[in-house]
Amino acid sequence: MNGPLLSVEGLTKRFSRNGETVTAVDDVSFRIQPGETLALAGPSGSGKSTVARLVLRLIEPDAGTIAFEGNDWLALRGAALRAARARLQMVFQDPLAAFNPRATVARVLDDPLRIHAVAPRSKRPRRIAELLERVGLEPSLARRAIHEISGGQRQRVAIARAIATKPSLIVLDEAVSALDVSVRAQIVELLLDLQRKEKIAYLFIAHDLGLVRAVAHRVVLLDRGRIAEQGDARKIIDAPQSAIGKALVAAAPKLHRTGQGAP
Amino acid sequence: MSRMARFFRSPEAIAGALILAALALMALIAPLLFPGDPLAIAGPPLTPPFQDWALPLGTDRLGRDVLAELFHGARTSLVVGLAAAAASLAIGAVVGTLAGFAGGLTDEVLMRVTDAFQTVPGFLLALAFVSVVGPSLGVVVAAIALSAWTGPARVARAEVLSIRERDYVAGARVIGMHPLEIAFREVLPNALPPVLALSSVIVAAAILTEAALSFLGLGDPNRVTWGGMIAEGRAVLRSQPFLSIVPGIALVLTVLGIYLAGEGAVEGTAVRRGLS
Amino acid sequence: MPLVSIRGLTVTYEGGEAAHKGRPLPALTETDLDIAAGERLAVIGESGSGKSTLALAIAGLLPASATIEGKIEWPGLRRGPAHGRDIGFVFQDPAASLDPVLTIGEQVAEVARTHLGLGWKEAYARAADLLGRVRLPDPRRALAAYPHQLSGGQKQRVCIAAAIAAGPKLLIADEATSALDTIVQAEIVTLLRRLTEEDGMTLLFISHDIALAAGLADRIAVFRHGRAVEIGPAAQVIEAPRHAYTRALLDAHIGLDAAPLVARTAGTAR
Repeated sequence: MNGPLLSVEGLTKRFSRNGETVTAVDDVSFRIQPGETLALAGPSGSGKSTVARLVLRLIEPDAGTIAFEGNDWLALRGAALRAARARLQMVFQDPLAAFNPRATVARVLDDPLRIHAVAPRSKRPRRIAELLERVGLEPSLARRAIHEISGGQRQRVAIARAIATKPSLIVLDEAVSALDVSVRAQIVELLLDLQRKEKIAYLFIAHDLGLVRAVAHRVVLLDRGRIAEQGDARKIIDAPQSAIGKALVAAAPKLHRTGQGAP
Repeated sequence: MSRMARFFRSPEAIAGALILAALALMALIAPLLFPGDPLAIAGPPLTPPFQDWALPLGTDRLGRDVLAELFHGARTSLVVGLAAAAASLAIGAVVGTLAGFAGGLTDEVLMRVTDAFQTVPGFLLALAFVSVVGPSLGVVVAAIALSAWTGPARVARAEVLSIRERDYVAGARVIGMHPLEIAFREVLPNALPPVLALSSVIVAAAILTEAALSFLGLGDPNRVTWGGMIAEGRAVLRSQPFLSIVPGIALVLTVLGIYLAGEGAVEGTAVRRGLS
Repeated sequence: MPLVSIRGLTVTYEGGEAAHKGRPLPALTETDLDIAAGERLAVIGESGSGKSTLALAIAGLLPASATIEGKIEWPGLRRGPAHGRDIGFVFQDPAASLDPVLTIGEQVAEVARTHLGLGWKEAYARAADLLGRVRLPDPRRALAAYPHQLSGGQKQRVCIAAAIAAGPKLLIADEATSALDTIVQAEIVTLLRRLTEEDGMTLLFISHDIALAAGLADRIAVFRHGRAVEIGPAAQVIEAPRHAYTRALLDAHIGLDAAPLVARTAGTAR
């Protein structure tokens, strides 16, 4: 496939709140290439979550176009949209809230396999075991309930569910922000490994600029619904030109470590 | 602590559970203890209680064994109460989930229908329904459910409106789940707890409605019911009050038991987190 | 003489996780800690470290069913601490900390009234004063506003105002910035630093973010699995950590100067 994987042009979304109209997303345009990580960064209220929900068709835009894998993404409806969703998946910030409180790991992974007929019923348990191994979990975890496993394990299950249908793009909505620091590094490692091996693109929503700089190829900085800057992640974060970019960089917590530490 | 352990922490729950257990026991052993038709003549009419040990609670105007009628009446009450509650919870949960999840026109239409059923007093609706269709146990159950479903419907809808916004519902949409599957597999089961909390109220109301219908002569004539017994005793209320009082006490205890057990269940499932 | 002296503090929650030999595992074990008057102490840990339990224990906010062993003493105070008056507490979720049906003014003034015995008029004046100190725009108007009209950062400023309304000796901030974005987080940290300096208040800052704490704290205590693994001056803990876990936490922080994990263009291996 030539050309960008995802192409967003002039995306606009307005909400009415208490009689006032708020423009959450204002004329936002960007592209994601296959296998690339594009970060959407900005303070709260900048519209990055709204952009994610628009791309995922959880809400509909007031204006703009979205092309995904060369097709008019916004034109799809009903069964056609549901089928096409196999190629565009999501991982949420809160791994506990992302799942039905009554679900088991097996059911959570079985759902996408069943809905998109990835494997016939008899083959699905095998597939589920393979998915769990792929994200670094023991296959025996399938029997456990979602609330019984740790936060890090839950997020791995969320990633397993997202890759079950072999998507080309995954939206990561602050997917590591709620994890312990020590677990975060492992999950990031897993995501990057998946990207390299399966050529998955990521739309990476984050407010942690350090993480964005380390993990993203390019970044779009949003400020109150509009794009303030976009381009190469390292270049922009090392030398931001926009006011919001400078403010975000200035506000990022810094650790001044000079040496290796005493033995 | 497990839910069962928490349930049995409160004395009300224990009392309620005991009463309900006694009721269930009565219903179950009725055909064993009192084989044969409880409506058959068992002895001389209007025998007072505690006189003849073959007829511990005496007999009614037609000479039927009051104790046998009491035990068999328990079966009817339980069946009606549980069946009516199950039916109204099922209808209400489905209607509420559809309305809350679909929103828009579906929600409007379903809610106006709910309004219509809710504004008619439940007993009058049951009365009218049974009068038209004819008295039998099934009809009585349907009549009660016909008005009782509106409460669960509203509660279910309110829960669904809140659950609809949760991440896991969005997650189900993102993986391509069909909206009906999301509504009934992901949302409804999680919306049930507050709906089920209504069940004890509905069971109690159902039993009372059935008793009232029987009292008015609109119950199933082939079955013994406590309401029917109270009605029968009305004619001799002055001389033989026990004929109405005994089933009346049974009714009171049953409703009390259901209420207490229901409260206990609600307390048991509520998370206890006190601050010092 | 320290403001708070903690010795051998062990806290076990009822029905707690991972019962060991039939008894639940303690959330906090044999903790010794001194908090000096006027210092800013950061308690750092991941989930399950016991950091929040420590904060709740000091503030007397543990559930009634929790078992507490050990001592928490306040050598400076003749009697025990008056909760709400000598200790201010700021929670993680500002939206959940404010009553949605009361105005901002009522909620802040109520603290002043209850603990300082002020009349309503004086309490409101003090509330306006406090809202100005926490840099809320237009404090007079904010008095009549409801929580839902404020942003997350503004709500947290209100919570801080309420927490310091009675002039407490100790201000505890339990993950007070975790629900806020980076810019607002930095503003709140600056606010806390300024307020504690101006009032000579002691600050206990609970967080999972060691980098954030590094910019605010005089001393850092690192907790893991309910025990303190390292306590020391902030500069020393950051530059020359003695415990391997502290070093691991520091290494796991991905700062703006960290080595990138992806190549410049997509599709090429690392």
